[in-house]
Amino acid sequence: MSTPIKDPIEGVDGPRSSAGPRRASQQERFADSGRVLNVFSHGFLALWAVLIVLPILWVVLGSFKTDAQIGGSAWTWPADWSFGAFQRAWDKGVGGFLLHTAIVLVFSVGLTMLFGSMAAYVLARYEFRGNRALYFFFVAGAMFPPYLALVPLFFMLKNFGMLNTYQGLILVYVAYSMPFTVFFMYAFFRTLPTALHEAAMLDGCSHTRAFFQVMMPLAKPGLVSVGIFNVLGQWNQYILPLTLMQKQSGTDPDRSVLTQGLVNLMFQSGYKNDMPALFAGMTIAMVPVLVVYLSFQRQVQAGLTAGTLK
Amino acid sequence: MRHRKYPFIVGFLFVPVVLYTVLMVWPYIQTFGYSLTDWSGESQTMHFVGLKNYTTLFGDTVFREALLHNVLLLVFLPVITILLALFFAFMLNVGGRGTTGGVQGVRGSGFYRVVFFFPQVLSVAILAVLFEAVYRSDSGGLLNGILVKIGLENPQNPIEWLNDPGTVLWCLLAIVVWQGVGFYLVLFSAAMQSIPREVFEAALLDGAGRGQTFFRVTMPLLWDSVQTAWVYLAIAAMDFFALVSTLTPGTAYGGGPDYHSEVLSTYLMRNFLFYGKSGYACAMGVVILLITLVVSVFALRVTRRERIEF
Repeated sequence: MSTPIKDPIEGVDGPRSSAGPRRASQQERFADSGRVLNVFSHGFLALWAVLIVLPILWVVLGSFKTDAQIGGSAWTWPADWSFGAFQRAWDKGVGGFLLHTAIVLVFSVGLTMLFGSMAAYVLARYEFRGNRALYFFFVAGAMFPPYLALVPLFFMLKNFGMLNTYQGLILVYVAYSMPFTVFFMYAFFRTLPTALHEAAMLDGCSHTRAFFQVMMPLAKPGLVSVGIFNVLGQWNQYILPLTLMQKQSGTDPDRSVLTQGLVNLMFQSGYKNDMPALFAGMTIAMVPVLVVYLSFQRQVQAGLTAGTLK
Repeated sequence: MRHRKYPFIVGFLFVPVVLYTVLMVWPYIQTFGYSLTDWSGESQTMHFVGLKNYTTLFGDTVFREALLHNVLLLVFLPVITILLALFFAFMLNVGGRGTTGGVQGVRGSGFYRVVFFFPQVLSVAILAVLFEAVYRSDSGGLLNGILVKIGLENPQNPIEWLNDPGTVLWCLLAIVVWQGVGFYLVLFSAAMQSIPREVFEAALLDGAGRGQTFFRVTMPLLWDSVQTAWVYLAIAAMDFFALVSTLTPGTAYGGGPDYHSEVLSTYLMRNFLFYGKSGYACAMGVVILLITLVVSVFALRVTRRERIEF
């Protein structure tokens, strides 16, 4: 935070106040070296901000250009501001991709949160044999990238007849999000006070009811953080849907999620000479995230980083 | 009440454990089993071939090339990202001019934080579309456009960023750094803010300049977060599938030109879904799993310092 703190020496008399002049000169030196550094650091910060904003704006602008313009110079300005490219992108299925992603995420994040916190709660608050072992069993999964076990996973879903189905992808997402969710919620349930839970039990509340009506509301901040983490994590999955959500036959409906659909669009648009539609599709895909991010940016940052802190 | 505890524990753990075991742990175990066979994936016939897949693997030049690239990424991705993030975090939190009342961040740090973090929430598909446009091989690309504009490049002979064996891997690395810096910046900021301000002021009183404050005070106190960041970035460096498979040339999951951007994940996927060598792909998965394990343990060991309490 940039708020200056109160001078700690204020109001202290005696020998310490004699350090006053020396302190002032020290500060001046710090400020002196600061002036050069300040220009330097501001320069760097501004440069990085430009590096982030410029490519994004430039591509969004590209969705208003013509294909010839995009292939020409990088520095042309759109001739007319029509939303034709957005219409074409939508017709190519971007709307469908968004819908498929939404369907998957509603269930996968919901179930991840439910099962993850159930397991974490029991592991964190109940003593039983094998408790520690089970906790490590869950948490160890967070260490490996998901593509390692992709081959058997693919054939397992194939045998269940769950390739290119929402339920298949949802269950896989839930399983793959389990390590982190358990890890995080375990730590969170440990920090909650026991008194409320005990009071509920004394009042004759069952274990299940105590969990849903006492502990879950208390764990809300933790649930929000890990929920945001899971939404973004599953929204961004690429290799899993790419492998598991391929069309199984000619009549199998397309259920591509957004990441997969957009990349397919990218491979196609190179041939069809319709870059504006691709850029427009990207813009459409970016808008929901941007809106969520700007409205909840504190929670998003807190949620994502809280995940990594022990 | 005790008699109801165990049914409750079992009831709560049952679904999470089954899901996690069936869809995540079991495929990992199967990977080991299949890696000892010549299974093609199409049929259910397979023969036990012992360690043949592993011996083939170590003689496989493409695999070695891919491994080398992952090792390069493993070294450069964490170093560059962490240094940039630390530098920015320092600037945003304590880099401001220390004129009145001690230590503070630069002006506009809130704005920078929001902008820098934004790439983290973008999905890989969006990154792919974005950077394909940025790295376009003609002067219509943003990067080439800028270089032509400032006269560093001949518009007739632009650099083909993603087609040039010398640049392709670094271009991909730049994307991941671009995306990640904001995230680790916020992570380090949170850690920096938990350092009491008095510590910085004491350093200032003792006549420490900004550089000294950074290296002697901030760094040691942040070591825990740096360690966490290192492990996360190491895991990210072992992946890279989405970017390589979407942005680089080459049949089936990219990796070109001529394997110059091949990474382990793309090679595994090509063997699995394109060449139909599932057993071989599984052997690869096992080797990568072991490498990830060794790297994580190594990263934790090397970065281990005595914990400083404050």
